[in-house]
Amino acid sequence: MITANMPSVPEMEQEIIEDFALFDSWDDRYEYIIDLGKKLPALEDQYKIDENKIKGCQSTVWLIANYENGKVYYKAESDAVIVKGLVSLLIKVLSGQSPDSILEARLDFIKAIGMDTHLAPTRSNGLRAMVKQMKNYAMAFKTLQEIGNTK
Amino acid sequence: MIETSTILPAFDVQAIRKEFPILKREVKGKPLVYFDNAATSQKPQIVIDTISNYYSFYNANIHRGIHSLAEEATAAFENTRLTVQEFLGATSNEEIIFTRGTTESINLVSQTWGRQNVRKGDEILISAMEHHSNIVPWQILCEEKEAVLKVIPVEDNGELDFNAFKNLLSNKTKLLAIAHASNALGTINPIKEMIKEAHSAGAVVLVDGAQSTVHLNIDVQDLDCDFFAFSGHKIYAPSGIGILYGKKALLESMPVFQGGGEMISEVTFEKTTYNDLPYKYEAGTPNIADTIALKTALDFIRSKGKEAIRHYENHLLEYATALLKVIPGVRIIGEARDKVSLVSFVVEKVHPQDIGLILDNQGVAVRTGHHCAQPLMARFNIPGTVRASFALYNTTEEIDTMISGLHKAIKILS
Repeated sequence: MITANMPSVPEMEQEIIEDFALFDSWDDRYEYIIDLGKKLPALEDQYKIDENKIKGCQSTVWLIANYENGKVYYKAESDAVIVKGLVSLLIKVLSGQSPDSILEARLDFIKAIGMDTHLAPTRSNGLRAMVKQMKNYAMAFKTLQEIGNTK
Repeated sequence: MIETSTILPAFDVQAIRKEFPILKREVKGKPLVYFDNAATSQKPQIVIDTISNYYSFYNANIHRGIHSLAEEATAAFENTRLTVQEFLGATSNEEIIFTRGTTESINLVSQTWGRQNVRKGDEILISAMEHHSNIVPWQILCEEKEAVLKVIPVEDNGELDFNAFKNLLSNKTKLLAIAHASNALGTINPIKEMIKEAHSAGAVVLVDGAQSTVHLNIDVQDLDCDFFAFSGHKIYAPSGIGILYGKKALLESMPVFQGGGEMISEVTFEKTTYNDLPYKYEAGTPNIADTIALKTALDFIRSKGKEAIRHYENHLLEYATALLKVIPGVRIIGEARDKVSLVSFVVEKVHPQDIGLILDNQGVAVRTGHHCAQPLMARFNIPGTVRASFALYNTTEEIDTMISGLHKAIKILS
């Protein structure tokens, strides 16, 4: 599990922007993303159910979330490897953060590394819906926490 | 070197390329290779100029105006109808209805002819290779009328099962709605024989010509189809203009589609009488500029010669197919004997979307996904394909670029 003193969302975003600055061609950027996609641990089959499915027009993303000690932890997978690489970046930035940091996350790094077309409303690859779902989980955990605190 | 059929000497692809301004652009630093022609074709300068000229010099609402601009615009608009009539071999210009596209043409038939003629227990016959646009309008109709949608199965090679088709025809079959060519497989269906069989069973036939009209000679009288639909944007014309051809007697007997201006003869609050064909089905101010530009596009095709285009596009198809077949892991989906110039394929263990994204980095535009034919993808048990579809301005050098991009994609993805 990730330790308590992990970098903040903006720090993580900055780190990724710096990683991508090393590449000067689209091919190199995509090869790096593909590599991340291949390295993302597979989601256990038991979680690959409709309930966790975020359906895109072409590719599918499965997403699960857990809440531990005030932090949200995500696990996800996709049937397309480039989407999986992008999913891996989103997990790197958001997993292990507090619900508030997740809800406030601007995710500007996606544009900075030239991958914003993948999140455009016209790209129905499930990624945009995944970001929304990640934030929904954060909101839900935050609400549960608040209800718990008032009891 | 791969042997392909000889090219007709008259066909100068480099000269044709110069007529399409978009082909000069680059994508991600690479020259654009546009292989998404089955989704929409690019437009020659003369088509673009036609639209610009209309708005620059004679923009006016058509038909009822008595001023010069309205007369010029009306004449240009109605000239397109005559050109389409010739292009399709229709008997009369009254049989040519302007719509927004193939989808609207099909919906027009389902909501007018369909509502009037289809009853409980009747059957509508489509095929397993239909585009969603030739499935959903009939499903809606069947649901409303408690009619039954029957589906002609597709063989492994992408051809229709002709025997199954004949067995599915019966006196319950009210309509056969069939793609002339499949957008996902490229298969050209034997529609002339199918129309004959369907007519013998007493059914009316609608042909979805969205994928065929740009590639094949169309003669609606020879085919004897009752309805034929196609879209301008796939045939070098602008988007937003399409055609419904219908046999005059049928069009006359059908109820109106949308109500409004132009489609009326006389309106009182008690009763409205409707205009004659073809205006009966053209309510409201039409898409004048794009309709006029459709004529320019059809004239463009005729000037190049449909036979010469078909011959050249077949050469591209054979070339691409031969090169794809020898790549390990590549499987072509749709190997019918008779195909329009598109090739669909899958790569073992690689998602089509990933291939499409890597090809885009090489400047190559292909389409990936289910191609609005989800039941067909289910039939082949695949999530989708990569589809390269060729037009008269594509070259074998561009296919080489795609193939080398594909090698690269497979290398980094698998």
